Amino acid sequence: MASEQPILKLEDVHTYYGNIHALKGVSCAIPSGDIACLIGANGAGKSTTLLTIFGVQRAAEGKILYKGREIHHLRPEQVAALGVSQTPEGRQIFPRMTTLENLEMGAFLRGDKVAVAEDMEWVFSLFPVLQERTRQLGGTLSGGEQQMLAIGRALMSRPELLLLDEPSLGLAPKLVEKIFETILEISKSGVTIFLVEQNAHMALSISNTGYVMETGRIVLTDKASDLLQNEKVKKAYLGE
Amino acid sequence: MDTASFIIQQLINALFLGSIFALIALGYTMVYGIIELINFAHGELFTAGAFIGIIVLAALQKTGFVESHFVITLILVFGMAMAYVAVLGVAIEHVAYKPLRRASRLAAILSALGMSIFLSNGMMLSQGVSDRAYPSILGIEGFSILDARITYGQVFIIVLSLLLMVALQMFVNWTKLGKAMRATAQNQTMARMLGIDIDKTIRVTFMIGPALGAAAGVMVGLYYGSVRFDMGFIYMIKAFAAAILGGIGSIPGAVLGGMIIGGVEVLWSAFLPSEWKDVTTFVVLILVLYLRPSGILGEHVSETRV
Ligand SMILES: Nc1ncnc2c1ncn2[C@@H]1O[C@H](COP(=O)(O)OP(=O)(O)O)[C@@H](O)[C@H]1O
Ligand SMILES: [Mg+2]
Repeated sequence: MASEQPILKLEDVHTYYGNIHALKGVSCAIPSGDIACLIGANGAGKSTTLLTIFGVQRAAEGKILYKGREIHHLRPEQVAALGVSQTPEGRQIFPRMTTLENLEMGAFLRGDKVAVAEDMEWVFSLFPVLQERTRQLGGTLSGGEQQMLAIGRALMSRPELLLLDEPSLGLAPKLVEKIFETILEISKSGVTIFLVEQNAHMALSISNTGYVMETGRIVLTDKASDLLQNEKVKKAYLGE
Repeated sequence: MDTASFIIQQLINALFLGSIFALIALGYTMVYGIIELINFAHGELFTAGAFIGIIVLAALQKTGFVESHFVITLILVFGMAMAYVAVLGVAIEHVAYKPLRRASRLAAILSALGMSIFLSNGMMLSQGVSDRAYPSILGIEGFSILDARITYGQVFIIVLSLLLMVALQMFVNWTKLGKAMRATAQNQTMARMLGIDIDKTIRVTFMIGPALGAAAGVMVGLYYGSVRFDMGFIYMIKAFAAAILGGIGSIPGAVLGGMIIGGVEVLWSAFLPSEWKDVTTFVVLILVLYLRPSGILGEHVSETRV
C-alpha cells in the first residue's frame, strides 16, 4: 500500500474567505480504497477542505493531486468529471425535483443508460426508503431521507472517490448507525471514502486513517484505531 | 348580443391576451429562476421579434410566396423571429450579464437597464420612430359561436401559444438539458458538483426565454397590425407583473399570472372605461402580493434556501 500512489493528496493547501484564512496549510494523502476521516471541532475547516478539493473554493496556495494529477485549478464540474463526488454540508438536495430526478442528476455525466439503471437499483438496495419516495419532491423528504438521497445521488456518478461531509449530522442514533454501515458497504464496492465528521467515535471506528483538524491545520495524523486510544483525542473529541 | 355570446367573446379575448402576457412572462421568470436577475431588456427582445417578423414577411410578400405557401410563411416568420432573438438573448447574456455574475446585484441590474436602452435606441434608429404596418396575413375570416365572432387568426395565436407552453413544460421536465436547467436554478453549486456546465444551462435559458418573447411579438404584430420601437414597454410592465403575480421563478406561475392579468384587463375593458385598463394590472398585483408576498405559486424564500 505505502508504495502505491495515493488517490488524493493535499500539499500545504491554503484557502481564504475574503480576509478569513480558513485553511492554513493542509497536507494529507489518502490511499486508494481507503476510508479516511477528518475530525475536528465546529469551524475547524473540515467543510472548507472538501470544498477546496472540489474547486468550489479556490486553493490560494498549495497543491491538490488526484491520481497524481494537479486539480487545484479545476472547476467543480471538471473535478466531477474525473470521478469525484461529494455529499456536501447541508445535503443540498434539489428541493423542487423528485427523488428520482435528484438521483438522475447524480448520473448527469453518464451516457450508459443500462449501467445507470443498475446503479439506481444498487442505491435502492442500499436505501429502500428512497424507492418508496421516487415521486416525492426532495424538499419534502425528512432529514434522514434527504441524507440518504444525497449519498445515493453521489453514488449515481459511480465515483472512485467519495467525499462525505457530516453524513450523521442531525440524524437519530439508529439512522446514524445505518448510514455508517452503508458507508462500509460502499467502501467494500471499491470506492475510496474521505469522511468529515464531528461524530468522531463513529467516524474513527469505521476508518483506517484519521486526521485531526484544528483551526485550519491538521494537527494529528494516525491510524484511526490508534487515534481512538490517543489520550488527547479521547479528551477533546470522544468526550471520555 | 346575448349574455352567453358576450361571455364567449370575452373569454376568447382574455385567452388571447393572457397567452401573450404568459409567453413574455415566461422569459422573465426563467431568467430570474436561473440567475436571480430581472432581464430588463426582455421587453425590447419582444419588440425585436416583432420587427424580425415584419422584415421576413415583407420580403416574402414581394415574391408572392405568402399566397402560395401560407403555412410555410408562418413557420418562417415565427421561426426566424424566434431564432434571431434567441441568438440576441445569448449575446446579451454574454456581453452584459456573464461578466457581472460575481459582481453586486446592483451592477447587474444597471447593466440590464443599459441593455434595454441600447436595444430600444438601436431599434429606433434602424426601424424608425413611427408605427410600422404589419402585413395583415391572418385576415378577418372566422366563425361564430352564437353571436360571438372568433377569427381564425385568434384561434391560431391561442393554439400556437398553448403549444409553445406545453413544449416548454415538456422540455424542462423530460429532457436531460431541461432537468439540468432546473437543477441549476435550484442550486447552482450543487449542479456544478454533479458535472453540469452551468454556463451552458444559463445560455439555453437565454435562448428559450427571449425566443418565446419574440413569438409573442410576432403575434401582437400580426393581430394588431402595427409595431413600433417602444411597444415593448407596456407589454413588459404587464408581463413582469404577471411573472411576479404567479411567483417569479415558477414556470406554471408565469402562465397563470399571464392569464390572470389578461383576464382582468379584458373584464375591466368589457364593463368599465378602457382608458383605465392598464391600472387594473397593478391593482391585482398589489392585492395578491399583500395576501401572498411570494406570488401565487412562488416559493417562500426560506423554502428555496434549504
Ligand atoms: N462562506 C464563508 N464565508 C466566510 N467564512 C466562512 C465561510 N464558510 C466557512 N467560513 C469560515 O471558515 C472557517 C472554517 O469553516 P468550515 O470549513 O465550515 O468548518 P467546519 O466544517 O470544520 O465546521 C470558519 O471559521 C468559518 O467561519
Ligand atoms: Mg462543516
